[in-house]
Amino acid sequence: MAIASVTHTGPAAPPPVPAGRSRSLTPYLLLLPGIAWLTIFFVVPIVTLFGTSLQVPAEGGETGVFVQAFRFANYVDAVTEYWAQFSRSFVYAGIATVLALAIGYPLAYMIAFKAGRLRNLLLVLVVAPFFASFILRTIAWRQILADEGFVVSSLKWLHVIPQTATVTASAVAVVAGITYNFLPFMTLPLYASLERIDPRLLEAGSDLYGNGFTVFRKVTFPLSLPGVVAGTLLTFIPAAGDYVNAALLGRQPGTAMIGNVVESRFFRIVDYPTAASLSFVLMAAILLLVFLYIRKAGTEELV
Amino acid sequence: MAQDTGGDLHLRDVTKSFGTFTAVDDLTLTIPQGSFFALLGPSGCGKTTTLRMIAGLEEPTVGSITLGERDITHAKPYKRPVNTVFQNYALFPHLDIYENVAFGLRRRGAKDVDKQVMEALALVELPHLARRKPGQLSGGQQQRIALARAVVNRPQVLLLDEPLGALDLKLRRQMQIELKRIQTEVGLTFVHVTHDQEEAMTMADTVAVMNHGRIEQMGAPSELYEAPSTTFVANFLGQSNLVTGRRIAADADAVTVLCHGQNLQVPVSRCGTEDVDVLLGVRPEKIHLGGEAQEVAAGLNRFAGGIVSDASFMGVSTQYLVRLPWGQDLTVFAQNRGIGEQYPVGSRVTLSWEPAHTFALAGDATAGVESDLAVPVG
Repeated sequence: MAIASVTHTGPAAPPPVPAGRSRSLTPYLLLLPGIAWLTIFFVVPIVTLFGTSLQVPAEGGETGVFVQAFRFANYVDAVTEYWAQFSRSFVYAGIATVLALAIGYPLAYMIAFKAGRLRNLLLVLVVAPFFASFILRTIAWRQILADEGFVVSSLKWLHVIPQTATVTASAVAVVAGITYNFLPFMTLPLYASLERIDPRLLEAGSDLYGNGFTVFRKVTFPLSLPGVVAGTLLTFIPAAGDYVNAALLGRQPGTAMIGNVVESRFFRIVDYPTAASLSFVLMAAILLLVFLYIRKAGTEELV
Repeated sequence: MAQDTGGDLHLRDVTKSFGTFTAVDDLTLTIPQGSFFALLGPSGCGKTTTLRMIAGLEEPTVGSITLGERDITHAKPYKRPVNTVFQNYALFPHLDIYENVAFGLRRRGAKDVDKQVMEALALVELPHLARRKPGQLSGGQQQRIALARAVVNRPQVLLLDEPLGALDLKLRRQMQIELKRIQTEVGLTFVHVTHDQEEAMTMADTVAVMNHGRIEQMGAPSELYEAPSTTFVANFLGQSNLVTGRRIAADADAVTVLCHGQNLQVPVSRCGTEDVDVLLGVRPEKIHLGGEAQEVAAGLNRFAGGIVSDASFMGVSTQYLVRLPWGQDLTVFAQNRGIGEQYPVGSRVTLSWEPAHTFALAGDATAGVESDLAVPVG
């Protein structure tokens, strides 16, 4: 014992270098397939796309032939011309995200805390729409929200909406479609984080003089924040770039989102540089928004 | 220190059933204000369910719970002057230690939150951790914070659900003493649920031993230990040697029991049964081990012809297993005071003890022994 204590009072020996382990190639070899995949299918296309975004039409060339000119003004042109579609995309995606949260949170809460034996069945039902084609489901909403359809006429009959209102091919229909299509992406992460909450924490909250609502506000909701952040990101990011809902449920150009512009620039007008620069601006804008959002939500809290 | 609005906690005819399973069976119990009360029993005996009913986390199927004059049987948990230290502490992981402790005070709109929180943290000697998150604390520290979080509200009754179960032995001992100190300091009624008999005996003024949803025996720890009234208590609280016998005579002071050919005396006050078939009990440390040739004083109960079948040296004492002529092993603890003889395995010995240390019970000799503890949690 005495000897041991003497050695401990001496200057601390430097920690031994883990021999061979840090120099091992194994981790890098294991990373290789992933890195190769990302290089071929992400880095290369991104660089190519960036190159395309700086091209100009070849002089005297045919449609669809472009030459590299490093014309950064392509970006200025794209944004000034299509800023309305950009802002519309973010507004629609924002509203749809809020709606999906408003619908998905109670749903996930019910499944996590109140469903009992029905829990797994309800989870399957949340995912069930994926079994049908995305396009078919979106087209189905055209029927559901048709002006002469059951839903709209019922709402008119109940005087919930004015008699002159039209829903077909309106912003409402597009937002409804986006909300519907991305609801599972909101609900599942919410469920995952709610389900993880130790019920004893809720009991402790109630034991410490918190009524049902207070316990929700002070314990349940803060603890479900990782799910809220994940769910809103998984909804907002694809929703902002979505073009199917606006194409099938909206009307052009009144409800066109930036995805529709990119699609038409690429495939119909064959204006690759503009489409590419729009894609890049969209990517940058989403990255910026997500960065600000995560900063605000506090990543430290999300563990 | 205790508030004058307080009072004793009464449970009257309380039954709690989950489907066909009766967790707590017609329990009637009074816990005096300011006492340290322990509910002791194996897993699934209903002790935690009892605690949860007092906390308001479960509602009794039948019966009533009153605190002083107030009927709290169906009151919501947040409307009772009762706080709980949960088994795994249940500290809020998203709040720092300060806010965890302040949680109850803030909900009730207390004014001097800061002063009270710091006092509670000082009481558990961890004021320097106020800004840490629970995840950054050790088990023992979390345990103290859980205690501070409950005590800071000065509840009329503080419930402790196996609070030391997750701690290692040394820390547990230390926390037992701490808990007792804090209870004396703040003067609250503590209701402590545990399956650890030593913990219950160290801390509580009154121990209630529960089994199958009922209280087997209740009293001061020494009372339960020295005079168990059922074989379950005799085996669950410490160890007991139980030997079958037949009552053959009784006078005003003592009952004579014939055990395997040997007449043994039990004081009438320590004879818990009127049956002819009895189980005679004696605690292992009460037995004196003597060599075969050694004279046994008159008036002592004795078993002759034992053979030491196992001897484990445990430092403070040596634990002997003595095989008696009819094949039963009795346990004997002999203190290592350096004055008695050591008996190696195979020695022939005579066991002797005071009749006053003998007790007689009816029932099953194996109730409450270790194998009985494997009952799943209800």
